[in-house]
Amino acid sequence: MDSKTIIDASALELGRALHQGKTTSRSICEAFLDRINQHDANVRAFLNIDRGKVLSQADASDRRREGGNELSPLDGLPIALKDNIAEEGASLSCASRILGNFTSPYTGTAAARLEDAGMVLMGRTNMDEFAMGSSTENSAFQKTCNPWNLAYAPGGSSGGSAAAVAARMSPWALGSDTGGSIRQPASFCGVIGLKPTYGRVSRFGLVAFASSLDQIGPIGQKVEDVATLLDVISGHDPYDSTSWPDPLEPALLQLHMPSNPCAIGLPREYFGDGIDPEVRQHVEQVAETYRDMGYSLKEISLPHTDLAVATYYIIATAEASSNLSRFDGIRYTHRSQKAADAVDLFFQSRGEGFGEEVKRRIILGSYVLSSGYYDAYYKRAQQVRTLIRDDFLGALEGVDAILTPTSPTPAFRIGEKINDPISMYLADIFTISVNLAGLPAVSMPCGLTKNGLPVGFQLIGKPFDEGRMLQIAAAYESACPFSATPNLSIRN
Amino acid sequence: MVIMQERPEIDIEKLCRLARLNLSPAEKEAFSGQLSDILGFFQKLQQVDVEGIPPMAHPFEVEAPLRDDIAAEPWEPARSLSNAPATRDNQVVVPKVVEDA
Repeated sequence: MDSKTIIDASALELGRALHQGKTTSRSICEAFLDRINQHDANVRAFLNIDRGKVLSQADASDRRREGGNELSPLDGLPIALKDNIAEEGASLSCASRILGNFTSPYTGTAAARLEDAGMVLMGRTNMDEFAMGSSTENSAFQKTCNPWNLAYAPGGSSGGSAAAVAARMSPWALGSDTGGSIRQPASFCGVIGLKPTYGRVSRFGLVAFASSLDQIGPIGQKVEDVATLLDVISGHDPYDSTSWPDPLEPALLQLHMPSNPCAIGLPREYFGDGIDPEVRQHVEQVAETYRDMGYSLKEISLPHTDLAVATYYIIATAEASSNLSRFDGIRYTHRSQKAADAVDLFFQSRGEGFGEEVKRRIILGSYVLSSGYYDAYYKRAQQVRTLIRDDFLGALEGVDAILTPTSPTPAFRIGEKINDPISMYLADIFTISVNLAGLPAVSMPCGLTKNGLPVGFQLIGKPFDEGRMLQIAAAYESACPFSATPNLSIRN
Repeated sequence: MVIMQERPEIDIEKLCRLARLNLSPAEKEAFSGQLSDILGFFQKLQQVDVEGIPPMAHPFEVEAPLRDDIAAEPWEPARSLSNAPATRDNQVVVPKVVEDA
């Protein structure tokens, strides 16, 4: 296989080529490293790549396969990881100055499961600092550009992972999703991004942002790639007390089983005002495609939808202010040289180490948890969260999946929303409810705007039934394959 | 019951103390305005009748699981301290916290 064929192949196509002896892990990794060398100066998706480590892992994989000892069908495939997923010996900066010099002393469960399958961990991707943001502009180190038009943001917070896959600098990647941080950048970059059911994937080794919402999930080009990657990282883990203890149905197995068209719900609250007309048109076209394939479309209602953004930002900032208290300037973070005494060391180190959005959310979280306001904000938000979850569980009794736009708009320009926190928060309006309810959801590409920017739609599934949700996604993929590719040189 | 205002006032100094977070004068000024706006945006939750609705801390309640009480191999101290800004004798060095007598 020549390097052009490698770059254009899906992850599972590369896996099959490895199995058939048509290529080697070294050839695949070199092709992607060359691609990164060529294009990442423009896209800026990666924070760190240890080229020597990548190639030695690739060679080790090739030796295993030569000896007939491959660890899995994925042995030798490279994958990019968001820089908040722990990998021993690699950076774990979360795109923050406070962890700017941090090297992870251990590998978390999701990354360990990739390594157990023989996969090559190929570099650390950029993100909004501590996953707080919707554009990857909150990285302390660099701004990632959208591969479809370099003047636009890739979305966030997993913007580096989504951009790397869209620019074909990695066949697939892992991101994390607290309020849309996998799905929204996937939709902005024209790739597939999946947020698993809460508890399906271990959070051990994922730097905590909001612990009741965070999940690691896959980003890829094809539904079967995403299902495969999900199965590798899924499953119970004694190191995460919120990890789901029961056995799970493998998503890939279910994907390949025959399925009949079923019922899809369209929530009327998600198709109201405030949606970009081109996004609306594309997502309505997706619904028509499903109808033509024999699916029945039902209008449903999720009546507490307009409360979701406020509920989410209370709960997420409260949990973040608590989680981020561990970054103290004492044990493993940046330490200020200006501190007057031991207590001042906390204040100065955190003040110097955190960026603006992180500080804003810590302060906000401290406010909603503070004495006198706890019941009015935090407890009330937790009660409204119950109402939002019950809306979804009720609706999913009558339909197999819920169809919505992933984001109300296509990608926005770098700089367009960065000075207006509320308008940035509203970019997540269609994704955050899913985290509040703990449900699985996937963003699928469904076309381009007149300006050549991707549009994504979201399918929301039943708890722990990613397989069924991906069957429905795959039906669309075979009816309307998304074959457009970015040319990586447009900037206007 | 706290009376909720349309655009609550923020005591930014108090919040900085609670969060152990140093902010520059410019950040304090900017955040005070923005946080009042954001808290104003949160007011819509006050209209919801939540009487009797249980608060939800996690999507799926799993009982806090306990591992079997079996000794595990601990990390070498050097590994635990590998990112510490200052160490001595396998301990983290911090500024003096006890005043001279």
